[in-house]
Amino acid sequence: MPLDLEIVSPERLLLSRPVDMVVIPAEEGDLGALPQHAPMIVLLRGGLVRLFEGGQIIERLFVSGGFAEITPTRVTVLADEAMPPEAVSRAEGERRLVAAQAEYDATNKADVPALDLAMAKMQSARAMIEVAGSGS
Amino acid sequence: MPSLKALRSRITSVKSTQKITSAMKMVAASKLRRAQTQVEAARPYAQRMERMLASLAANVGNQPNAPKLLVGTGRDQVHLLVPVTGDRGLAGAFNSSVGRLTRGLARRLEAEGKTVKILAVGRKGRDLLRREMASRIVDDISYAGRKSVGFADAQAIAARIIAMLEAGEFDSCTLVFNRFASVISQVPTEMRLIPVAIPEQSAAEGDAAKRAQYEFEPDEETILARLLPQNLAIQIYRALLENAAGFYGAQMTAMDNATRNAGDMIKRLTLNYNRARQANITRELIEIISGAEAL
Repeated sequence: MPLDLEIVSPERLLLSRPVDMVVIPAEEGDLGALPQHAPMIVLLRGGLVRLFEGGQIIERLFVSGGFAEITPTRVTVLADEAMPPEAVSRAEGERRLVAAQAEYDATNKADVPALDLAMAKMQSARAMIEVAGSGS
Repeated sequence: MPSLKALRSRITSVKSTQKITSAMKMVAASKLRRAQTQVEAARPYAQRMERMLASLAANVGNQPNAPKLLVGTGRDQVHLLVPVTGDRGLAGAFNSSVGRLTRGLARRLEAEGKTVKILAVGRKGRDLLRREMASRIVDDISYAGRKSVGFADAQAIAARIIAMLEAGEFDSCTLVFNRFASVISQVPTEMRLIPVAIPEQSAAEGDAAKRAQYEFEPDEETILARLLPQNLAIQIYRALLENAAGFYGAQMTAMDNATRNAGDMIKRLTLNYNRARQANITRELIEIISGAEAL
């Protein structure tokens, strides 16, 4: 029984297809979802969503962050931004890293949620650079 | 009776107006199609977001330290109104209907002794409200000269609203925009943003959600803290898109009417022109004949 995967960004529905397994970059480490997975809602860090079919990776998609909802029959990825790995730009990642670093430095160190947010942005930017680097 | 020359120049002028309005109608129609696809493309995300929010809010909503974005500040004194309008006119009553709804809402709130602040999105909204409500306008945002709005624009507005909320500048926030019901009908709508109106689940989905007890990673509060600003941005994005689509729809209808009116006017003027021309000929003939008879 396949798993229905949907990847949506605010601007459009990017992908909707059945897969055998999907690995999503959750904030606390990669998470593989097979059919009959326990229902979960997870936060994503920046990274690659990998689609598996017959033990092989059939498609990869970079997401910069967002959420995912997992149910026994369905996985919905709500990505802040999603694009194929080839479209990820290293320069853009570096620009964002600098911006996120500046934001982190400017944030009041007692404001933990804001710090977390800036850290998440930095992590997403680093993932972008990494993906762009490995692609070229 | 105006002279023949005056009639002729009026006909030419109405004809050129008609050309402009019919061209504007065509442009609006093609832009409408693009705006409509954008609205439809944004729908899946919003729907899934609502579903997630509903199951999260059910878990966290009742706690005392629930985030401000979800439950508001607990007071109900200062209201922020965010009217969304087009940046251009020539679209019938499209912009003024949002203006009217906003004004009505502001007056009602003030009659209840509340304070009203306005953050106008779109140039026409600002222009409409400036005369009467200038003192309440905090700021205005406009996209004049831009081809289409992106999600980043909505995020910028959301960030602005969140910053204002954190600074305690308002207690409750309402969005006023034209809902795109169809090409010919746009309904001015008010939508409460803060505190969040929790989407109600349909019966079937509600059952499914009850059965599915979600696990959360890292935890409900963290996810909610991330989800709420995103949800705010999505709601604003939706309003911006519906506003854009509605605007082109309204403009198309208005320009269609204008083209038809110009056509009617040309017909009437041409009739008058021909009448005047014939009257002239008849008069000349009478003059010639009576001149010949007098000899």
